[in-house]
Amino acid sequence: MTQLAVRDAPLLNVDNLVVEYGLGNKVVHAVSGVSLHVARRETLGLVGESGCGKSTLGRAVLQLRRAKSGRVLFDGEDLTAMEGEALRKMRRRVQLIFQDPIASLNPRRRIGDIVAEPLIIAGVKDAAERKRRVIEVLAAVGLDPDLVAGRLPHEFSGGQCQRICIARALVLNPEFVVCDEPVSALDVSIRAQILNLLEEMKARFGLTLLFIAHDLAVVKAVSDRVAVMYLGRLCEVAPSEQLFARPAHPYTALLLQAIPVPDPDVRPPESVAIGEPPSPIAPPSGCRFRTRCPRADQQCSAEIPELREVAPGQLAACHHPLA
Amino acid sequence: MSPPLLTIEDVAVELPTPRGDLRAVDHVDLSLEPGRTLGIVGESGCGKTMLSRAILQLLPKKAKLSGRVMFDGRDLVRLAPESLRRLRARDLAVVFQDPMTSLNPVLTIGTQLMETIQEHLELDVPAARKRSIELLAAVGIPAPEQRLAQYPHQCSGGMRQRIAIAIALSCEPKLLIADEPTTALDVTIQAQILDLLAREQRRRHMAMIIITHDLGVVAGRADEVAVMYAGRVVERAPTQALFKRMHMPYTEALLAAIPKLETAPHTPLPAISGRPPDPTRPLKGCSFAPRCRYAAGRCHAAKPELKSAEISGHLYACFHPIQMAEGMSA
Ligand SMILES: Nc1ncnc2c1ncn2[C@@H]1O[C@H](COP(=O)(O)OP(=O)(O)OP(=O)(O)O)[C@@H](O)[C@H]1O
Ligand SMILES: Nc1ncnc2c1ncn2[C@@H]1O[C@H](COP(=O)(O)OP(=O)(O)O)[C@@H](O)[C@H]1O
Ligand code: SF4
Ligand code: SF4
Ligand SMILES: [Mg+2]
Ligand SMILES: [Mg+2]
Repeated sequence: MTQLAVRDAPLLNVDNLVVEYGLGNKVVHAVSGVSLHVARRETLGLVGESGCGKSTLGRAVLQLRRAKSGRVLFDGEDLTAMEGEALRKMRRRVQLIFQDPIASLNPRRRIGDIVAEPLIIAGVKDAAERKRRVIEVLAAVGLDPDLVAGRLPHEFSGGQCQRICIARALVLNPEFVVCDEPVSALDVSIRAQILNLLEEMKARFGLTLLFIAHDLAVVKAVSDRVAVMYLGRLCEVAPSEQLFARPAHPYTALLLQAIPVPDPDVRPPESVAIGEPPSPIAPPSGCRFRTRCPRADQQCSAEIPELREVAPGQLAACHHPLA
Repeated sequence: MSPPLLTIEDVAVELPTPRGDLRAVDHVDLSLEPGRTLGIVGESGCGKTMLSRAILQLLPKKAKLSGRVMFDGRDLVRLAPESLRRLRARDLAVVFQDPMTSLNPVLTIGTQLMETIQEHLELDVPAARKRSIELLAAVGIPAPEQRLAQYPHQCSGGMRQRIAIAIALSCEPKLLIADEPTTALDVTIQAQILDLLAREQRRRHMAMIIITHDLGVVAGRADEVAVMYAGRVVERAPTQALFKRMHMPYTEALLAAIPKLETAPHTPLPAISGRPPDPTRPLKGCSFAPRCRYAAGRCHAAKPELKSAEISGHLYACFHPIQMAEGMSA
């Protein structure tokens, strides 16, 4: 996969993206200069704590939120420069799956209509054709079209609603899907079912995925490479196995320690994570992680660490990376 | 060992629904000593919250409750509403998944904390204020004095949960029930909140029930674990014993479904197929039978009762238990 990523032009290329929100007379620095790429048929995992800007980044990639600066190249074309019909056409190729499956379905519409909606927006006029594709995609996500198409969202569990959301995202045969915490709201058993389903759909439809989550174990299960984000910036990007075996950034190490291990002999380390992330309204100078980092020194508050290669294929933004 | 603080005997909860009666809790027995932690684990909908609400006597109005809930020598089911209210405020505290359930959005954090403290500890305003600041500091809130003037919406989710815990601890309860206290939070904040609960529990010699769907959360933190499925306790054991040898196929499946860091990417997860049965349509046989890979013979025809395994205190309800020691049989 990494080999491929080097040879082929990436399907998605995000270049120095900056996204901000106005909050009264203040500015929320949600994404502050993020660059990354995703190769065709690759899954890039994106992890980080709540509020670090993962969803904002995902939405800015899809142009659901316009960036302040930077570029988003999709299949070589700059989405940030596109508008109107051109953007609408492009959007068929990129889709989004949300964290809260129940809230993202219109409670008054029938499942069949919800899943058919993207087809209508995309201008598929033939009702029989729409019906055929809805049936096909519902079956693909493991739902019985005859049983579900006529029913309303409240009649379904969280896991089933997430299947419906996945069907809706896939009905236009997109190439690229942003999955924004698709399993965070689900319990362990449904989480496993949905993760397996996403993997299956990826293989079957040849998808490229940006997979957002805050749980590293979940991200590892599905990702080829993983990007770790903290307070609007990337800390580390590496192939999954490498990132987990040899994290280079102190924040990655902290995230790894925080995962609860289902083994009573492994005593959870006391308070691995000191405090919570600072406010993105006034992020710390230099390295944004320095207020929680055990290795922080003078240089860390003075200079912003740039992402640089610390091992083949592994990038870290840290003045004092872990060995 | 000290006598139990809490003993639940044959507790059942039924809720009337348009589809018929729903058996949310199906004859559960449990007990908990002072200073100990019980983890209750199971998929969503299997009755964990209803069981905790039965203990707290906070069930929906239409609910039918039977059995006994002995707490500190008294049967809560038969306690007069006024005594119950006093007991709940002082000795029995609860922390919910969504901290906003226990926080009032229009009152400052200081007002909420001080009201609770004053009502139950009979302190004057300056003393209650001092106590509030101490409590906020104890749950890891930086600059607690400034926080007192803030409203819940001005705090992050992790902060709010800390504040809800501070309020729950404010009256020095004997038992704290934490219902999915970290499910809505990040892994890093989750670790901090679980540490906080464990620390306060040790300090106060408080008994605690942690409810979760993640066996990983209870593994290092509970003394005993009860696994619930379809309203019943299907396995119960000291935590070490359970993880060393789980006898219920359901417990094994719940553990297997958790993504592990050691596993290579793109390895399919051993998911449990399907969902728990419709609780208004109880099955004749074992409730787990439609999803169990060991189901055979009796499993579809009769309900397995909870029985003792070789280790004292380890109970399981299964006709074909797994990982049994030599010479033991079902
Ligand atoms: N519409 C908005 N207006 C103002 N600030 C916003 C808005 N949306 C997000 N933010 C802020 O931007 C930052 C990044 O938000 P974002 O939702 O992208 O983070 P996230 O990593 O997805 O977090 P979560 O896991 O909580 O969804 C946060 O501080 C958030 O409060
Ligand atoms: N207020 C209610 N009225 C009717 N049924 C309910 C109510 N609350 C919960 N239930 C049902 O009771 C069962 C157990 O629910 P609950 O105790 O909330 O499980 P858990 O906490 O494990 O998610 C579920 O089938 C649920 O749908
Ligand atoms: S740059 Fe400094 S503060 Fe930032 S992660 Fe590295 S050591 Fe820590
Ligand atoms: S009783 Fe039968 S169906 Fe139930 S858990 Fe045991 S083996 Fe499986
Ligand atoms: Mg988000
Ligand atoms: Mg619950």
